[in-house]
Amino acid sequence: MSDSAGITESTDTAASTETAESTEMNMLTAINHTLHREMARDDRVIVLGEDVGANGGVFRATEGLYDEFGATRVVDTPLAEGVILGASVGLAASGLVPVPEIQFLGFVYQAFHQLAGQVARMRYRTRGRFHAGITIRAPFGGGIRTPELHSDALEGQLCNIPGLKVVMPASAADAKGLLATAIRDPDPVLFLEPLRGYRLIKGQVPTGEHLVPFGRAATVTEGDDVVLVAWSYMVEVCRRAAGKLSDLGISARVLDLRTLVPLDTEAITSAVEECGRAVVVQEAPRTGGFASDVVAEINDRALWSLEAPVARVSAYDNPYPVGLLEDDYLPDVDKVVEAARRTVEAS
Amino acid sequence: MATQSRTELLAAYRTMATMRAFEERMHIEFAGGGVPGFVHLYAGQEASAAGVCANLTDHDVLLNTHRAHGPAIARGADIFAVAKEIYCRGEGLCRGRGGSAHLHDTKNGLWAANSGVGSGVALGCGAALAARTRGTGGIAVALVGDGAVNQGVVSEGLNLASIWKLPLVVVVENNGYGEATAAGYAIAGGGIARRAEAFDMPGVQVDGSDYFAVFEAAAAAAERARRGKGPSLIEVEVTRFFGHFEGDAQTYRSRDEAERARRERDCLANFRRTVVAEGILDAGELDLVDTDVADLIDRVYAEAEAAPYPPDDELMEFIYADSL
Ligand SMILES: Cc1ncc(C[n+]2csc(CCOP(=O)(O)OP(=O)(O)O)c2C)c(N)n1
Ligand SMILES: [Mg+2]
Repeated sequence: MSDSAGITESTDTAASTETAESTEMNMLTAINHTLHREMARDDRVIVLGEDVGANGGVFRATEGLYDEFGATRVVDTPLAEGVILGASVGLAASGLVPVPEIQFLGFVYQAFHQLAGQVARMRYRTRGRFHAGITIRAPFGGGIRTPELHSDALEGQLCNIPGLKVVMPASAADAKGLLATAIRDPDPVLFLEPLRGYRLIKGQVPTGEHLVPFGRAATVTEGDDVVLVAWSYMVEVCRRAAGKLSDLGISARVLDLRTLVPLDTEAITSAVEECGRAVVVQEAPRTGGFASDVVAEINDRALWSLEAPVARVSAYDNPYPVGLLEDDYLPDVDKVVEAARRTVEAS
Repeated sequence: MATQSRTELLAAYRTMATMRAFEERMHIEFAGGGVPGFVHLYAGQEASAAGVCANLTDHDVLLNTHRAHGPAIARGADIFAVAKEIYCRGEGLCRGRGGSAHLHDTKNGLWAANSGVGSGVALGCGAALAARTRGTGGIAVALVGDGAVNQGVVSEGLNLASIWKLPLVVVVENNGYGEATAAGYAIAGGGIARRAEAFDMPGVQVDGSDYFAVFEAAAAAAERARRGKGPSLIEVEVTRFFGHFEGDAQTYRSRDEAERARRERDCLANFRRTVVAEGILDAGELDLVDTDVADLIDRVYAEAEAAPYPPDDELMEFIYADSL
């Protein structure tokens, strides 16, 4: 367990962690540190995007890369998301390892054809002759009062594009381990970074080689009455909710999916089998969201273990509202506690 | 410059002074923590929107950018409702749902301020085609920044406007940067105005610290659009006095760039100097405007800060015509 602002660190990655040495970092620092390490490790890695170079990125995620690796490997692009992703396909197909940044995930819409029509299909379309080993980093999510289009949680839409892997860390250590895995992965990965967690999420991060495999969920809080299934910043919300539930005499387990594609269906299944109740929490609007997929997996694999209907907590089905209304819109601790209580009271 | 009357010039000064005072005050209120979210201030660029909007009628449409406050005021939107929108209050232009970067006021021909930068050019093509189809005599003016001109949709829009000879004026406000990226680095083709050539439309570059230069360029482009001759592009060279957004550390530009612009390229000071030197307006009446504006701004901010927030139960309204 780390301090109250942090998230409990994952424990099942020891096998791929070089040394036990670690230091406290927030998620942003962990990402920056990993970019430095991966660029130093493999000179094919190229970072590109809007203001990522000389300026170091609007959120400072790419700080210092330009000074260390120079303008040929840390490339400032014009304000043009389409060509950022399109050019990344060309780079990858030519043997380089692009790590483009989409400054806010909402602006991936400007590049949607490149993403869904080019990046995701390269391997399939060419029967493996080309591939697009690209790691697209993009901050997303609410809580910092950004304008419209800057906060949307679009992961459900992205998971519906076969060919993409979708990675959504919730802790600083996982941000490092999953980003390193993503950059070394031969497939295109969307690496989504929760804006609210950049500085708020802190924890011990291994300083040496640290890889977290895709498709392996992590149990963040132990419990056996109900499992709260979440990813990205909602893990933090669930962790706090679990604390409150424990005051109410309800033992809640928190399962951090870490990667949505590939999905750790086994971890979901065994958690539901052991707890008998589940609440799936997503920041995105309800309809067509990834939480529905998790519920469907539970139905397929663990229906007979359920003691109550699976609950979903999500944002509402409306465009992301600006300003203070976002507090009302976003799933929060109280909403999760309420949903968990209902599942317990239903049985 | 004789194309505008004394009264019109006094009004232009009032508009620019209001835009400036609004932003100077916003800068202070934002630093004090009273303004939610992110704001992009227009201070330093006033002559651009003022010179353009002075050529627009009620039938015309202005497509605003994310740097939206100044152009909204220049287009005649209710300044109280503008401030309340930025404060995300229920009486704001968009009932507190748009915020700083999305100021819309269809009543005053202010459309679709947009933080998806560059989209205004595409939407403007539609507005311009509609004006022609319906015979309103109106035109559309799309504002866009030097960063946003590199969006694919801007090229698509320029091409469409040209082949269909749409009554569209694209005004590129070149303040030298798209966030931290210098226009000189990001824009190929020897400058923005020259891109117009490729699309077979007039493209001019004007000094945005000179209200009269902007006014005249916009007058020519508007006139051409109204006569059915097709679109034009105007590149207005400006310097923003504040950062890209409030809170921007501005490490990408020299410390004194904005200070120098305030001294040497202040469109308000330039305007005042010209009209007084030419004996069109006297300093005393301009001072009176300044006093008036200061008083207005006090009232605007006091009212905005005190205005109620939109009720929570409005969250699900305005998604569909009828709720589902
Ligand atoms: C399509 C898109 N990509 C990225 C952003 C993030 N962003 C907001 S403003 C901005 C820079 C815009 O520069 P410019 O068009 O020159 O306008 P200025 O801010 O200088 O007025 C960027 C990159 C955005 N709003 N829209
Ligand atoms: Mg600019």
